[in-house]
Amino acid sequence: MIISILGIRGILLNRRNILIMSMPIESMLLAVNLNFLVFSVSLDDMMGQSFASLVPTVAAAESAIGLAIFVITSRVRGTIVVESINSIQG
Amino acid sequence: MILSVLSSPALVSGLMVVRAKNPVHSVLFPILVFCDTSGLLILLGLDFSAMISPVVHIGAIAVSFLFVVMMFNIQIAEIHEEVLRYLPVSGIIGLIFWWEMFFILDNETIPLLPTHRNTTSLRYTVYAGKVRSWTNLETLGNLLYTYYSVWFLVSSLILLVAMIGAIVLTMHRTTKVKRQDVFRRNALDSRRNIMNRTISPFGHS
Repeated sequence: MIISILGIRGILLNRRNILIMSMPIESMLLAVNLNFLVFSVSLDDMMGQSFASLVPTVAAAESAIGLAIFVITSRVRGTIVVESINSIQG
Repeated sequence: MILSVLSSPALVSGLMVVRAKNPVHSVLFPILVFCDTSGLLILLGLDFSAMISPVVHIGAIAVSFLFVVMMFNIQIAEIHEEVLRYLPVSGIIGLIFWWEMFFILDNETIPLLPTHRNTTSLRYTVYAGKVRSWTNLETLGNLLYTYYSVWFLVSSLILLVAMIGAIVLTMHRTTKVKRQDVFRRNALDSRRNIMNRTISPFGHS
């Protein structure tokens, strides 16, 4: 749980480049997954575990596509500074 | 729960992801987080999730992050003074999250602060030793493959879409790639092309 809060803080406070901004998203996904599993153990319910074994697949899929988009935009743009994101307008 | 203190580097590593100067260090810290959550899952008794989640998270996600970090020439960044510029808004959002967490977490089942608990805690009999005990994998398979099999198939579709999307996005059209034009190759007539070449070195026979 606290890891997910740290991940949110990592996204909000870190503006160096988009790559480092997207890493706390992955750790946040993992922390939420851990949350699911812990609660399914303590509440004696099986639904948490069956859902928490499907969450990493979504996490891997969206991290792959996010990294592909990042590679493309940095190839087009040339830099990876976040402040130049408002040049996408139009 | 003394061994749970060994898994508290997860919190420290979660903090250090943002603060690391070297970008390779800031990829290594999520790997530490993943390892620590795997240890925590072993402590919970979930052996299958503790073995699967490092394979997925470290082996796929962290490795691809490492590839991208090594591919781009991200210099070792100096500490920006501009962090303080973003601090008011992000600080307010972080405080709202903390506040909501306190609402959710401060129950009787999940006590946040060590208050005086009554000594008659819940005693539940563990039936797992009395009947044939299922492993974690068996219980997951009992649900995932029978009742929720649609979820399973949909997740495979998600992975397929992700794979196709990543290939389509990064396919580089401008590099010269030798490829065959399929229709032209099918339209080649062997009698016209090959027979001409075998006759002509002999002159006109």
